[in-house]
Amino acid sequence: MLDFFAGFLGKLTLDAFPHNPITAGAAVSIVAGTLVGAALMTRYKKWSWLWREWLTTQDPKKIGVMYIVVAMLMLLRGLSDALMMRAQQATSAGSSQGVLPTDMFQQVFSAHGTIMIFFVAMGLLFGLINLIVPLQIGARDVAFPFVNAVSFWLFTAGMVLINLSLVVGEFSAAGWLAYPPLSELKYSPGVGVDYWIWSLQIAGVGSLLSGVNFLATIIKMRCPGMTMMRMPLFVWSALITMVMICFAFPILTATLTMLALDRSLGMHFFTADGGGNAMMYVNLIWAWGHPEVYILVLPAFGVFSEVVATFSRKRLFGYTSMVWALASIAFLSFIVWLHHFFTMGAGADVNAFFGITTMVIAIPTGVKVFNWLFTMFRGRVRFTTPMLWFMGFIVTFTIGGATGVLLAIPPADFQLHNSLFLVAHFHNMIIGGVVFGFFAAITYWFPKIFGFRLNERLGRSAFWYWLIGFLLAFVPLYILGLMGATRRMNHYDSSLGWQWLFIVAAVGVLVISLGVVFQLIQIAYSIWQRKGSMARGGDPWDGRTLEWSTVSPVPAYNFAIIPTVTSRDAFWEQKQSGKKLTAPRYEDILMPKNTPMAMYIAAAALAFGFGFIWHIWWLVALSGFGVVALVIIRSNQTDTEYVITAAEVAEIEASGRKAAA
Amino acid sequence: MSQQNEVAGIAERAADDKTLFGFWAYLMTDCMVFASLFATYSVLHNNTAGGPSGQDLFSMPYVMVETMLLLTSSFTVGLAILAARNHNRNTVIFWFALTFLLGTAFLTLELTEFSRLVVEGNSWRRSGFLSGYFTLVGTHGLHILIGLIWMLTTVPRLLTDGFSRVNLRRLTMLSLFWHFLDIVWIFIFTIVYLMGNIV
Repeated sequence: MLDFFAGFLGKLTLDAFPHNPITAGAAVSIVAGTLVGAALMTRYKKWSWLWREWLTTQDPKKIGVMYIVVAMLMLLRGLSDALMMRAQQATSAGSSQGVLPTDMFQQVFSAHGTIMIFFVAMGLLFGLINLIVPLQIGARDVAFPFVNAVSFWLFTAGMVLINLSLVVGEFSAAGWLAYPPLSELKYSPGVGVDYWIWSLQIAGVGSLLSGVNFLATIIKMRCPGMTMMRMPLFVWSALITMVMICFAFPILTATLTMLALDRSLGMHFFTADGGGNAMMYVNLIWAWGHPEVYILVLPAFGVFSEVVATFSRKRLFGYTSMVWALASIAFLSFIVWLHHFFTMGAGADVNAFFGITTMVIAIPTGVKVFNWLFTMFRGRVRFTTPMLWFMGFIVTFTIGGATGVLLAIPPADFQLHNSLFLVAHFHNMIIGGVVFGFFAAITYWFPKIFGFRLNERLGRSAFWYWLIGFLLAFVPLYILGLMGATRRMNHYDSSLGWQWLFIVAAVGVLVISLGVVFQLIQIAYSIWQRKGSMARGGDPWDGRTLEWSTVSPVPAYNFAIIPTVTSRDAFWEQKQSGKKLTAPRYEDILMPKNTPMAMYIAAAALAFGFGFIWHIWWLVALSGFGVVALVIIRSNQTDTEYVITAAEVAEIEASGRKAAA
Repeated sequence: MSQQNEVAGIAERAADDKTLFGFWAYLMTDCMVFASLFATYSVLHNNTAGGPSGQDLFSMPYVMVETMLLLTSSFTVGLAILAARNHNRNTVIFWFALTFLLGTAFLTLELTEFSRLVVEGNSWRRSGFLSGYFTLVGTHGLHILIGLIWMLTTVPRLLTDGFSRVNLRRLTMLSLFWHFLDIVWIFIFTIVYLMGNIV
């Protein structure tokens, strides 16, 4: 009987549940948090509201909000990993072994990188694109609303899986990119790497579907008059990002599949024996991975282009050059991947090629920096929170860019490879570039989505804690890297004199945490005090692009009448000329109905991944069949849309305008 | 009334337009998956780890039969789409049925070859070369299987809803998918089998 159950659940036994106090604490708090949440939902009878308004929705604005909520939760998880890493390195000098066991430290840094990139940065990215792109192109929806919901739920399934590793089993200890042969079965026999593979695989397929979806949305659903060169810069950045996703994410899918086949079916793609080639993995993963960092940062560039123009009350300087800069960065990002492993021994000629292409990226990026600054030049600049994030970005991103060019020089890279200098560099780009950009975007577009502004004072405090904390946390890492400290190091000799720098860095992370606390307080306080900061008219910043022409919060159909545009900054032109963009003659609007099918498909995918991780083969077969069956059932559903009548549209619009007045 | 029909027609054409565009974009992403697998196969194809090479394993006449089956099926699916344009239901069903049979025959031959290799002790566990081979060719085979399931779920709908816009769109996408798999197979035929026999 016991044997039957042992086979029934694959490798899953009671040993899989946590024994170590820290993991157990995390597991208990995840379970307890979920239970408390569920209890509160029941207490306030919110389940049907949650189901109706959120879980089954196909509205990209709501999906966008859900993306951002998940990403924020994951930011807290990734931040606590960062705190543990800093605590370990600050205390682990000389005779002290620090606060974390070695294996756990390895899991923590692997989880930190994976979560921050895939579930925070990517989540914020898709959240913002869902919220804003349809509005900026004057569309009512995305090209494939159901696929969009599937993307979100696959992202969430990946997120659930990676957090499940805290409760059941363990996480990968092989770093955020799981290089083989370390990540192969022989050297990582546990389920950690499998958790890594499947949470990324499921979330990655979601990203890929989103890439196709928003590519079709931007190419095919722009409103009349919006030619390519009239699109807002954020839409341009989203378009180019989607193209990059379509080229890069399939490589990730294929690579993860091959690693999974190595581990699960005994193949020899990347193994140290049997004719495998581990360097092939490193090439493939960076052929995805390098474009990926540009996938993250280009939308942030797009955000800043909107923010700077709006708050300088000027049209963006050098629009055309901005577009070409984005396009050339995207192109170049596909031919630089080898700079992640100059030391692999490809030879001087190959290294020189990749070193030079890497340095060349600084040119279009520099074009963008100067265009933003020239946009501010002689503008009437308002120093709101989004502008603070922008100015913090300009400083930190330029420093990060300079250290990046330094790393692009192969001989210098031979010294700095795998050091904390590199760690400081990419945090410089990702926090200073991506994260600051997305925070600016959230502050900037919050009133559009919710109808009231975020509190400015608390936002400023959050910004300053983030900026100062960031510098405190990462400037020491640059210095340590130059002194020879390697990344992922859990212990060092006290005679090196490194400890005080690690302590400064740890203080820096604490200061960043205060910034996050201020952001949470900011959101709570702004909701509480929303009466005083209403922005129902929909245009609180005197904006320039189409999204500001709708009422806030934006109705389900976005635009009662699809606008026709005649220039860039269409809404600004309309306000200047005093002409009405649209005549109020409403029509019936068809919108997609709610459906739980997207969630079911993702749940089946989650079960599929879980089955693969624990070798529960009946579950793999059952859930694989489930995914196929659900897709077939969905494609045979015909009654998938509902009508908002012209009268209802008129009523919604009138109440929105009245509240604004 | 006629104006309403016209509006509906525009909406449907727009739906066709974006769906077909999205499908082309998806095909491009799938192309990238295959590109990654081809690249890996090319890197690993000499890593036989003391085991057999492609020259020892592949029988060209056998692969030729597979290739002909698949190429013919691409032709028949083309004829099916031509008939669909003329709303000729029985002809469409006939050509799709033939395509289905050819696809099934192809898949049967491929799986037979796979099982022969495994029985002879040359499974994907044997070497990097064979891992690359099974994964590349098997991924193509998996796509063929998906195409067959797709035919089974889409073509019968002609009997219930006729040549509705949705059905026509789905048949068009299905044929695009099938032609795409044919093109991928031509690369597999060339890079895996032909070049495997020369080197």
